[in-house]
Amino acid sequence: MSVQKSHRGAATLLMAPFFALFLGTLVVPIGYAAYLSLFTERSSGLGFGGTETLFTGLGNYLHALGDPAFRAGFGVIAGYVLGYIPVMVGGALVLALLLDSTLARAKRFFQLTLYLPHAVPGIIAAIIWLYLYTPGLSPVVAAMREGGLTWNFLSSDHALSSVINISLWEWVGYNVVIFYAALQAIPREVVEAASVDGAGELRTALSIKLPMIQAAVVMTVLFTVIGALQLFTEPMILNGANPAVNTTWTPNMYAYDAAFRRGDYGVAAAASILLALVAALLSFVVTRIGNRKGAA
Amino acid sequence: MTATMTKPPVTPVPVASRAPRRKPPWASKIAVNTALLLATAYTVLPLTWLLVASTKSLGDLSGNAFTVTEFHFFENLGDLASADGGVYVRWYLNSLLYAVGGAGLGAFCSVACGYAFDKFSFKGKEKLFGVVLLGVLVPTTALALPLYLLASELGVVNTFWAVFVPVLVNPFGVYLARIFSASYVPGEVLEAARVDGAGELTTFWSISLKMLMPGFVTIFLFQFTGIWNNFFLPLVMLSDRELYPLSLGLYSWHTVVSAEPEYYPLTITGALLAVVPVVIAFLSLQRHWKAGMTSGAVK
Repeated sequence: MSVQKSHRGAATLLMAPFFALFLGTLVVPIGYAAYLSLFTERSSGLGFGGTETLFTGLGNYLHALGDPAFRAGFGVIAGYVLGYIPVMVGGALVLALLLDSTLARAKRFFQLTLYLPHAVPGIIAAIIWLYLYTPGLSPVVAAMREGGLTWNFLSSDHALSSVINISLWEWVGYNVVIFYAALQAIPREVVEAASVDGAGELRTALSIKLPMIQAAVVMTVLFTVIGALQLFTEPMILNGANPAVNTTWTPNMYAYDAAFRRGDYGVAAAASILLALVAALLSFVVTRIGNRKGAA
Repeated sequence: MTATMTKPPVTPVPVASRAPRRKPPWASKIAVNTALLLATAYTVLPLTWLLVASTKSLGDLSGNAFTVTEFHFFENLGDLASADGGVYVRWYLNSLLYAVGGAGLGAFCSVACGYAFDKFSFKGKEKLFGVVLLGVLVPTTALALPLYLLASELGVVNTFWAVFVPVLVNPFGVYLARIFSASYVPGEVLEAARVDGAGELTTFWSISLKMLMPGFVTIFLFQFTGIWNNFFLPLVMLSDRELYPLSLGLYSWHTVVSAEPEYYPLTITGALLAVVPVVIAFLSLQRHWKAGMTSGAVK
């Protein structure tokens, strides 16, 4: 009995620091933002006497949802996800399967070099690529010109693909390492049995290995979608260099713009909460789909 | 590049050797490794460009990418150290303080909490753990603005603490710590300590923590890079450039390059130096990275 009690004391003490932080920097800010999102500030009638705070209920949410700029941000994210996920997940899968095949050499070297960009801070990755997109500074643009290719990375038509490329560079190697680890965890007997049965490398990869790492793929898609919703750093760097990337290009940029350029905290809070809700909803849907497929 | 040229012509396979697929043909071996090499070129060349560009003067930067008429690296370093009253050095120290201090303290909280989740049983434990897992899914940048709103209410915006405290919390670290604790700290050790009359906290501090060290290093590394690379939170919280971490400082330089091109070499060299610690941490502690990344994926 006394042992149980001392356990409880120790457990509480060991958990207290984390949960204090969890409450203070996660739960309370979200709660406070939810509270703020219900109010709006109006300058009082005659233009002097400062501002007054009014309760608007869901007014800020309706304002954000009714704002074409905010909705356009979700359109940008949708386009980004549609372009980015197939290329990134597909590319990472292909590279991981190649690494896992008996044909690949220098597996450690390839893993290391593919992963390397992930260690680079996102803001620096974006700056490097912006310079590599800039004519006059970039060897890439110069080489393409010499080869007769005139692709303008910074034209408004190519805004999305230029951002996707930066994300791809940062994340593809990371996911190769994840998929490769999942592939390595497949029991060797299974793969050997397939090859004894006469299945070639390609056949084994597609019909044995791929289905067995499905859980890892679903997890990656989930985290990539959540990451996509938060898209901010890369477009923030391209903003100013690419005319299409305005200050409210993504929902996160919209929230930042609302708070710091327009000083409208109520709308900024509402936009943040909406973003978190969409992320939560998407994670729920993706995990449901993943579970169902896993069970089938 | 050369690999594509040395690729031998694909000779028709003799009929006899086609049936058993034992030895993979040379052609596909070369194709596989060429594909991997091309992918590697994609990931490595931009960093190579950064390295080469940091040795160039402003005039050379717009010339041919890989020709350097004068080796300007040390001049760039000197300019970097003295630019804007030596503020870059300040940013570097700030980043180290935020990242080392934050990751150390944060990882300790996560390890203690994950250990408690693993070793003790109490009512509603799994529900509480579920709440922690929900925390993993909260988008961090969607959280930055609420944090700012709260901080401005409390009047701590634009202080060291406004950037330092929020990065301490790491729900994914708790998740990892629970897994590590289950596999590194055998229950018998705790039983033995209990029989010897040691208190639970003493056992944690003097026995379990040592066994959990590899897990601690893994969690520390992830949090270190996360904080080192953090941009959105400092962006919303800080206006005093003396408090900036590297990410925000380099961003502030980047925003003026079109008007003042002399900041190009500064930004490039500064970016290179900012990448160095994370790359070193990654290369020297690869095993720990992998342990952290894959424990979520392999299951």
